[in-house]
Formats: sequence, C-alpha cells, structure tokens
Amino acid sequence: MPEPASTFGAGIDSIYYIILWITGAIFVLVETALIVFIIRYRHREGRVAAYTHGSKKAEIVWTVIPFLLVLFIVYASNDIWLEVKRADQDGAAPADALPLRVVAKQFEWNVTYPGPDEQLDTSDDFVKRNQLHVPIGRAVRIDLESEDVIHSFFLPDFRVKQDAVPGMTIPVWFEATRTGEFPMACAELCGLGHYRMRASLTVHEPGDFDRWQAAEIAAGGPPTGDSETDAERAEESDVMSEGEESA
Amino acid sequence: MSTTQLLAPNVTAQHWADPSHPDDRPFIRKYVFSTDHKTIGNQFMFMSLFFLLVGGALAMMIRWQLGWPGQPMPGGGVLPETMAPGGILLPEFYNSLVTMHGTFMIFFAIMPLLVGMFGNWLIPLHVGASDMAFPRLNMMSFWSAVPAGFIMLASFVVEGGAAGAGWTAYPPLSAVPEYSGVSTGQQLWCVSLIILGFSSLMGAVNYITTIVNMRAPGMTWLRMPLPIWSLFITAILILLAIPILAGAAIMLLFDQTIGTTFFLPEAGGQPLLWQHLFWYFGHPEVYILILPAMGIASEVIANGSRKPIFGYPAMVGAIVAIAFLGWIVWGHHMFQSGMNPLLGSSFMLSTMIIAVPSAIKVFNWLGTIWRGDIHFHTPMLNALAFVAMFVIGGLSGVFMASTPVDIYIHDTYFIVAHIHYVLFGGSLFAIFAGIYFWFPKFFGRMLSPTLGKIHFALTFVFYNLVFFPMHNLGLGGMMRRIYDPNQYGFLEPLQPMNTFVSVFALALGVSQLVFFFNILWSLWRGEKAPSNPWRSNSLEWGLASPPPHGNFEAMPAVYRGPYEYSYPGRGEDFWPQDEPPDGGAVHAPTGGVPIPEGVPQ
Repeated sequence: MPEPASTFGAGIDSIYYIILWITGAIFVLVETALIVFIIRYRHREGRVAAYTHGSKKAEIVWTVIPFLLVLFIVYASNDIWLEVKRADQDGAAPADALPLRVVAKQFEWNVTYPGPDEQLDTSDDFVKRNQLHVPIGRAVRIDLESEDVIHSFFLPDFRVKQDAVPGMTIPVWFEATRTGEFPMACAELCGLGHYRMRASLTVHEPGDFDRWQAAEIAAGGPPTGDSETDAERAEESDVMSEGEESA
Repeated sequence: MSTTQLLAPNVTAQHWADPSHPDDRPFIRKYVFSTDHKTIGNQFMFMSLFFLLVGGALAMMIRWQLGWPGQPMPGGGVLPETMAPGGILLPEFYNSLVTMHGTFMIFFAIMPLLVGMFGNWLIPLHVGASDMAFPRLNMMSFWSAVPAGFIMLASFVVEGGAAGAGWTAYPPLSAVPEYSGVSTGQQLWCVSLIILGFSSLMGAVNYITTIVNMRAPGMTWLRMPLPIWSLFITAILILLAIPILAGAAIMLLFDQTIGTTFFLPEAGGQPLLWQHLFWYFGHPEVYILILPAMGIASEVIANGSRKPIFGYPAMVGAIVAIAFLGWIVWGHHMFQSGMNPLLGSSFMLSTMIIAVPSAIKVFNWLGTIWRGDIHFHTPMLNALAFVAMFVIGGLSGVFMASTPVDIYIHDTYFIVAHIHYVLFGGSLFAIFAGIYFWFPKFFGRMLSPTLGKIHFALTFVFYNLVFFPMHNLGLGGMMRRIYDPNQYGFLEPLQPMNTFVSVFALALGVSQLVFFFNILWSLWRGEKAPSNPWRSNSLEWGLASPPPHGNFEAMPAVYRGPYEYSYPGRGEDFWPQDEPPDGGAVHAPTGGVPIPEGVPQ
C-alpha cells in the first residue's frame, strides 16, 4: 500500500494491520496444524485411527473464540468507518470544508471549483477536466455525481473510494496531509475506456493553492485543463490506431 | 416399541433395479434423453467440463493481455478483427473476456458441476432411492441448461460481441448499448441466465423432494452423508435465490429492449436497485458454490483419514447457519456503492459473524484428520488442498468485510485473489476431489492415480503462484477489469508481478490438460473399478460400478451413520451403512419392506 496522504489514511491502515496480525496468526496456526497432522498421522503399517465423533468442549472453544475475534474486528473497524463516511452526520463534511463537485462521465472526471467565494453554483466557479487540486491541511467536500454509468472515484494514496452513481449526489470528504501529485483512478468497470479513465490529484500548500486558483481564473476560457488536447484524446479513443502503435 | 410392521414410504412408487431383465432402453433414452439420475449427472459433468475449458481459455487470454499488454497473442490471429486485429486484444473484447470468464465459470462450470453433477450423482444413491422424485423434470433441467450455455456462447459471434459489463452486469452500463457498445450480447446474457434459472429451479425442487421423501428406512436426518446435507441446504438456497436473479434479469432485459427504466435514473429508476437484487441473489449464490464443496470435502476427508467426521452435528449446524446468515450479508458487496454507510456497519457485523460457522467447519476438518490413519489417494490430496486454500480465502474475506479496509481494496485485485481462493482453491479443488472419488462409481473405471497426482501437484503449485501474488497486486492499488494497468504510472512497477502471474496462469491452464486427458483416457483404458475402491461406507459403494438402472434391487435399510470408520473391534476399518449389525444381508421383497429391528424411524 502507498504511504497514506490523508488524515484518516493511517487509521484505516491500522485496522488493516490489526486484521493482518489476527488472520496471519490464525493462518499460521491452522496451516501448521494441518501440515503437522498430515505428516504425523500419515498411513503406516499397523496404524489405527482413533474412533471419536468429536468433542463438545472443542466445539464450544472454536465457536466462541472466532466469535469474539470477529466482534473485536467489527468494533475496531466501525469508528473509523463512521469517521470516513461521517455517517452519524448524514455524510456532511466538516463545516469549514472546501466544497468541490466531481462529475464523472465516460471516460473523464470534471471537477468544478467554487472560486474565491468558496460557494458552488456561483459565477466565479470554474471547471477543470481530469485535474483535482486541493490545499493541504484543509478538508475538502466533494459532491460526487455521474452523467452516464457507474464510475468509482479512487484515490489510492488517500484511502478514498466511492462509486459515482447516476441520479445520485454522494458526499465524499478527505483532508490531505502531504503535498505532491497523486493518481486518481476509476475503479468500477465503466465501458471501453475504463482502463484509461485516469486523472491526477495535486495537493498544494495553502498559498500555492490560492495562486493556482487565481491563475486559472485569469486564464479563463473553456474547461480544458487537461494535459491532453481533444485531438489527442480522440486519437487515443480510436483503438485501431492504438493497437497498431503497440504493435 | 416394535417397528417391524411399519412399511417404508414410496416403495411401490420406485422402480428398483431388476437383474433378471436386461436394460433394454433404446440408445436415445439411455444416453441422450435419459431420465436416469446417473446419466444426467454424467451429462452435467461433460457439459460443465466443456464450459470449464471455455472459461479457462478466456482466462488465458485475460492473462495474456495483463502479462504482455498490447503484444500480439500467440494464435490470436485466428480471432476476427472485431476481437483481436493482428492478434492484439481490443479493450472492448477484453471487457467481454472478463465478463464471460466470470459468467461461464460461475453459472456454467462450478455451479452445474457442484449442483448438477454431484447432486444427480449422489442424492438418490446416498439416500437409498431408485432415482430422483421427478425424473422427467430432472431430464428437462439438464436439457434446458444446454441451450442456456450455447446461447451464452453464441453471444461471442453476434454483432457487437458478447456482454461486456462484468459478470455482475451493473446498469446503466449493462442496460444502455450506447454506454457499453454491446447490445445483442448483453440481451443474450439475460436470456441465457433466465433459462438457466429455470434449469436450476427444476433441479432444486427435485433435490428437496427426493431428500425429504425418499430416504430409505433408517436414513434419518442425522445419518445423511454430509454431501446430502449440503446439497439439501443448497437446493433451498437455489429455490429462494434464483427467482430473484431471474426477476432482476427480466427487468434488465426490459430496460434493454422495451424502454422500461427500472435501473435507469432518467425516468426515476435506480441503478442501485439492480445491485441490491443482484447481490441478494448473489451472496446466497456464493454459498451455493461452496456448501456442496464443503460436503464433498467432508466425505473425502473422513474416508481418507479412516475416521468418523469430527463433530457431525456441528458440521450440519454450520451448513445451516451459513445458509441462514448468507441472506443478510449481501450489502458487503456495496460498501462503496453509495448505500447508506450506517447499513454498511450492520452488514459488516453480519458478514463477520458468518466467518464463525466457516471457522467451525475448518476446525472440524482438522479434528477429523487428527489421530487419523491418512491415506493420500488423489481425492484426499485434493480435499486437503481444499481445506488449506479455503482457509486463505476465508481469512482474506475478513479484510473485505471490514468496511474501512474495504474502502481501499474494494474493486482491486485483492478481491480477485479472494474470489479465486474461494472458488478455485475452494470449490474447484473439492470438485476435483469429488470427481476422482466418484468417477469410478459412475463410469466403472478408475482414473489413473499417477496422472491424478501429477495433475494435483502441478495445479496446487501453479494455482498458488497465480493467485497469491494477486493479493499484493490489489494492495498495490491495481483495479479489477482494467485492460492495461500501465496506463497508470503508479501501477507500472507492478508489471513484472503481472507478467509472473501470467506465466504461471498459462502453466496452470496447460496442467489442466492432464486432468482432461486422464478422464478421456480412463473412460476407455482405465483400470476396471471394483464396487468399493475407497473402502467407503455410504450406500452407493455396495452397488456395482456403475450401478444398474434403478440402483438398488430392493429398498436398502440403513443401520448407522455414514462415517463409521475404524470402529474398534471390527476387522475392517470401515462399516457400510447398510450392513446389518449381525453381518448378514437382509433384502426384503419389493412391494413393502418390513423394517428390520434396530432401524430407528
């Protein structure tokens, strides 16, 4: 797993490691017992198998212990889950979060930025394709939507994944803890171009973010923040030519 | 209380084998449109193994593309331009490959092998009946599965190609041709599964009726072999789950063809409704695909260890518990779907709890081999591999059941690793165990033990080299169902591991030819099978191999449970269920079986 870059990333990873230790120990115990028994009790001349139908005590032990273990895992998991999904607050992000809208469609991500007023659906909004820019150390709230099929908004380094479902607006939030450029991917099969529905997430220092935003607004124009031009994109979607290139 | 005067049920209704009359059924009634459950079981075996090969071939192509992205596939030149121009797989064809691989393996290979083949082979013989309760319905069940399979196969050659929206067919992608580029293929997918659903339902009612009504005297519920318990519970799951799939598939077909919008948001439909319906079917389906495998493994492990199954009542209870809990865990497929996250918490709880009966089964298998006298025949090797691999598949499931961890691994190769540890490492190893175990009974020939052990060793090693690294691919962030991971810079370092997996996937595929060769060769050249090659206890082993039409000459009587191995003081280390306590054979005349003393009712 990549090093986590969001506030809840480390918490999610700690649950992963708790489960890894528990299941790892069970794995070693069970597989060792299996191998030991296979060797120890292999058929030899004169060997007679024990005649037993089981043991109630053993059944109780190996029912209760796994039951307690899984309850512990549920308990350990649930807090961080509720924190990530903010389920106890109807999915609402922290109050001071920067609001963004991400609209997925085959095969691109369109990000609407609120502009200096930090309000969506106002005149200073601007849209970038396949580029998500956020400031470090501040929560962002993303209203996730889809125009056509189900996509899945996946930020591996941030431990964020949420399906974008047409007809629904699903809240997603995270707070970045590291600056840099990170991958953003589609994780749900969404058609022919699913495998290249990629984008990038850039985490800025706060001042940098404001400068970037100001520059974008000054540049104005249509939302073509993509590194690829439309012509390149059209060519790429022409799979015949792509196949020949790879050959 | 004396029970000797009671008559056993269904005696006159059954047509027992009559050794004085030769089997004079014409060829077509004997081998093609047969109502004999054994023949139907064999037919299911050949059909499902064919589709296993098809599904395997699709997997090889998937692995070619992932191992060597964009390189021309050897032999790929025979595919038409719409699939692989110059042997290079197209992305749209790749989507069809992953969709159809999953569909064929789940619906046309693993499910008919476990339910169609073993259900037919084992149920009447294990309960002591002459055939299924509804033999003609049984025949129809098989002969509707065949066209379903060929409709699915034919979708590769229709315009637009085969379905490409994943085996889970999430709408809107699966419902709107403009989104997926596939129209007819996606409709055929629905039609095929609807027909197959009817096939499964006909099988399920037959199994339930046969097991409830046609058990021989003395075959009490707690004397039933575990494969029968698992098939009984599986049949109930099928009866309740398949109509949901069929209903959802009909709704999807309507969305595709006549303009309804059940799953399309434009006119008020709900894409998530499909997921709820699909997984409400789909999660019981997972247990449909593993419970019979658990039953088969239990049978073979007790036999190979020469020991009674450890904790038989707990094993039965665990099957029932899994089947019950299986209905309330479907939401764990939808943690990241946009479903209310509070529901995620409750589905996490139910999903974690279902690990408990699975653990009980594993510990009881360990208890069974503990202090046993283990014979490593080919079925036993495969059954032990089943236990070892099911443990991995079960434990990896705990990661996904934990909602926060699932955020990261959902829709990655971790899931692919998990499903293959359960369905290949679990179900398929048990299927291999069962085929090696019962093939002699139904074809009268032993499978070659040498080829069987070679096949086992190659499969076990290559299988782990293929699927274990997939956990790491998933933890590296590699998404499922992507045509070319190298589109992403962060996945490029994983390419050597993908190539490694692909090399051994091809080796795994090729090693399966040993198995198919063994079957074909042994059918004609195999050593003649004795009636009881594994010195086993259940009723079928007292019959000729293969058993005659009608199975038993008269209704058998059952005196004990199926796992009385190594009973102290007996000369033999096994004790057939129908051997009377005094050792003499009791066969009552047909028309009414007086139930012998000592047979509880």
